Amino acid sequence: MRPGGADLKRDDRRADTLSVTTITSEPAATVAPMPLPPPVILLDGVVKTFGANRALDDLRLSVPGGQITVLLGPNGAGKTTAIRTITGAFAPEAGTVRVFGLDPAVQGDEVRSRCGVVSAKPALYDRLSGLDNMRYSAELYGLGRGTAVDARIADAAARFGIDTALRDQVGGYSTGMKTRLALARSVLHRPELLLYDEPTSGLDPESSHAVLELIHEMTEDGSTVVMCTHLLLEAEGLADQVVVLQDGTNLVDGSPGELTKRYWPDAMVRLGADDPAALDALERAPGVIGYERADLTAVVRMDGPDRVPDLVFALTAAGARVTRVEPHEPTLEDLYFAVRQTSGRSRLGMVDGSAV
Amino acid sequence: MATAVVTPDRGVRSLNWGHIWTVARTDLKQLAQARDYWIPMLILGGIFFVFVPTVLLLTITQLGSVDAVSQLSQALEVLPERAQAAIQGDTEQARAGYALAVYLFAPVAVVVPITISTAVGAATIVGERERGTGEFLAHSPAGIREIFLGKLAASLLPGYATTIIGFGIYSLIVNTIVGPDVGGWFFPTSQWWVLMLWVVPPFLALTLSVVLRLSAKVKSTAAAQQASALVSLPLIMVAYSQATGSLYGGNTLAWYIGAIAWVLAIIALWRGVRVVTRGRLLGVADEQ
Repeated sequence: MRPGGADLKRDDRRADTLSVTTITSEPAATVAPMPLPPPVILLDGVVKTFGANRALDDLRLSVPGGQITVLLGPNGAGKTTAIRTITGAFAPEAGTVRVFGLDPAVQGDEVRSRCGVVSAKPALYDRLSGLDNMRYSAELYGLGRGTAVDARIADAAARFGIDTALRDQVGGYSTGMKTRLALARSVLHRPELLLYDEPTSGLDPESSHAVLELIHEMTEDGSTVVMCTHLLLEAEGLADQVVVLQDGTNLVDGSPGELTKRYWPDAMVRLGADDPAALDALERAPGVIGYERADLTAVVRMDGPDRVPDLVFALTAAGARVTRVEPHEPTLEDLYFAVRQTSGRSRLGMVDGSAV
Repeated sequence: MATAVVTPDRGVRSLNWGHIWTVARTDLKQLAQARDYWIPMLILGGIFFVFVPTVLLLTITQLGSVDAVSQLSQALEVLPERAQAAIQGDTEQARAGYALAVYLFAPVAVVVPITISTAVGAATIVGERERGTGEFLAHSPAGIREIFLGKLAASLLPGYATTIIGFGIYSLIVNTIVGPDVGGWFFPTSQWWVLMLWVVPPFLALTLSVVLRLSAKVKSTAAAQQASALVSLPLIMVAYSQATGSLYGGNTLAWYIGAIAWVLAIIALWRGVRVVTRGRLLGVADEQ
């Protein structure tokens, strides 16, 4: 399993309805579509200001259960404020917030008891041992004290590979160890909703990789995960749903597959050849909609995948040696910049939205 | 779609005493790990409850310093008649020792707990914010009133516990040094019991209500300690005068002073809770 790679890629599970097939002695019959359960998190028109700064501006967000939703956005986009509003730490000035169908501003204690939160800073008590930090959390989340709780703490710590350091003072932990302990603490009370605000902040690549793997594993037992990040590679392959935030507003949301289709509806192929002129000639080939070449590789956008053999034939006919033919799948980074450029909010300025 | 602005945690909900005790105990555990905090505490208690009384009482009773006894005897004349009548001892030396032990160390019972608790309380909320641990508390199921009361207990206990332990040691010292001259163990007197158990705690709570408010509002621990020192000084003076008055004026006056202080403390604490918000734990000043 490798976050940031294709092996973490998950099926596009987003759908408006579920079809249920009944098994009887009669031939299989399809019954009426059953509506999906209500979202775990629903934010509708949420506004939150700090002085003159509008941190959330008519934010609309729907997070389905049992999936990983990644909030993407630059610093100051409102990701952290959104998390804090979801737990009820902040009350919005306008709009509706529902978590598990509850209003966190009113029933915050109940909402918070069903959430596990890890912030960008691990929020651990340096003077206490890892064990004492975990015990503190266990008590606040109603697990109590005793050997059963200690066993549960040991299990959670072992899951995150921090069990051997549990009796050491947290002040002596590395950043990676602190993050692991914070993650272990967040799942100790077996929350239904995990809220991770840039959990890999300050970690080296290896530790980040391990943490993302662990986050991915958490949805396997049915938890819902919301993760904020501005690191697109982190979200690549991990997200079931992507929400791009900017200036406190949801620019776009959907599964990576859906969004890719929305922004790149045409088939794309990456072609490599040893003759740049032969590659450039493809721009005028029938069915080609877009063309962009970098050195000896070109990305060609066309009206259908059945054009690929024609393009390869055209290259060989022009005497070029074909070095690469592969389908081109836009990365999350491509998607992110396409969304931001389309919305006109990118620092790069407004473009026509046609990305190749 | 718009909803009315609702400030989190202001709904009526019964207090979870487990949360309060958990917050307090964790703070106390951290305090126990911090030698730079509790060693000065011990030194302060040692100076006020052990060193100064021992030196002064030995000077008067054992060394028989004529000048000191004479000066103290003159000073005793300014005490209220009720207080003068209560002084025990057959000799001038014994009476001076008794008066010193019973009446002149009242400030000790006030200065020590308020100083220690102020030092602890000033850092307690702003410290969570500075260390980033406020994020954990803000997202936890603990109610904001529970967090506040936990912090209050964690600030109050070190000062009060030091005072109670110091008071016990002080009792041993004065009974050992002065007791033989006044016919046996005489301390604590009933006024001191009232002072320690009824008058000092509300003054401590009153001071802490102000200190915790400051700790929630300021931006750094250093600023909180500066501001708390300024605030606690007049409160120490008020508490000192009231403590002295409760000793001189007899038990009835002490009960009244304590009762008024309790009422003021409860009002101040009630108002103090409102200042602490999850936003402030997160370091967002504009959050109401």
